[in-house]
Amino acid sequence: MSFTAREWWGLIHGMGLGALFLLAFAGGLAGLYSLKPELVTAAGVAERMRRLRIGVVAMAAAAWGTVLTGTWIVYPWYREDIASSARTQLLADPNTADWHEFGMEWKEHVAWISPILATVVAFIVVYYGTNLIRHERVRRTAMTLFVLSFAFAAIAGAFGAFITKVAPVK
Amino acid sequence: MDTMQETAERVDYPDRPEGPISAAILAGGIGSLALGLVTTLAEASETIAGWLEFNSGVGPLSGKTIVAVVVWLIAWAVLHPLLKDKAYETRRALAVSLVLIALGVIGTFPTFFQLFASE
Repeated sequence: MSFTAREWWGLIHGMGLGALFLLAFAGGLAGLYSLKPELVTAAGVAERMRRLRIGVVAMAAAAWGTVLTGTWIVYPWYREDIASSARTQLLADPNTADWHEFGMEWKEHVAWISPILATVVAFIVVYYGTNLIRHERVRRTAMTLFVLSFAFAAIAGAFGAFITKVAPVK
Repeated sequence: MDTMQETAERVDYPDRPEGPISAAILAGGIGSLALGLVTTLAEASETIAGWLEFNSGVGPLSGKTIVAVVVWLIAWAVLHPLLKDKAYETRRALAVSLVLIALGVIGTFPTFFQLFASE
């Protein structure tokens, strides 16, 4: 009952960093949504803002960690030009070729929009701070970008899970 | 109502213009567009795909992602000083950025970029 080094990196990429980002999203969104004057007290604002700042910065870091480990560590193993690589196996069978030609091709690119948008949201929260409570328009803007960042990560994560099921990187 | 007034009175709201936020949002859109653009260009031209192969193990994806991130950071570095003291509304920046992000996503969509596949 053990994993190879490649399987460990696949786990760190998908179930570690990727899942951390996706799971923390709900907390981050709730934090942004509840930054309304009627929902916060003066005493609670400082603690809540500190938690939100740490949360969004950690999520941006997790998003960058996910795409960097995926692209630079796991992906080269996936696309190795050998008969046993995941990519070769998927393309060898017409019934599974679309997992690479559509699923992997979209996932490997669109995933990179997620950390960019997560970084923008982290910047907004750190820079604007408590002003997010007063300015609903800016808060809603941050939430929109946050949801988009999650959506792109979710697309990549879902395809990653499906492709790993069909042809795991070993 | 008391809580709202109490919060408004006691919370410290540092004076911050919206310009830097708009700069970050616009730069994010530009970075997304750059990713879509290089993805489609790499599919359309083997020369460009070869040029973008910064790393043989990762293939052209290495160059596509590095170029997109560099474009994003340069856009942010240029827009931030331009807008930092301005009350540039985030609503306008978001509208522009959403269009750029949509174009970027289209550029990364296989059904779209494979239309330009070189022979």
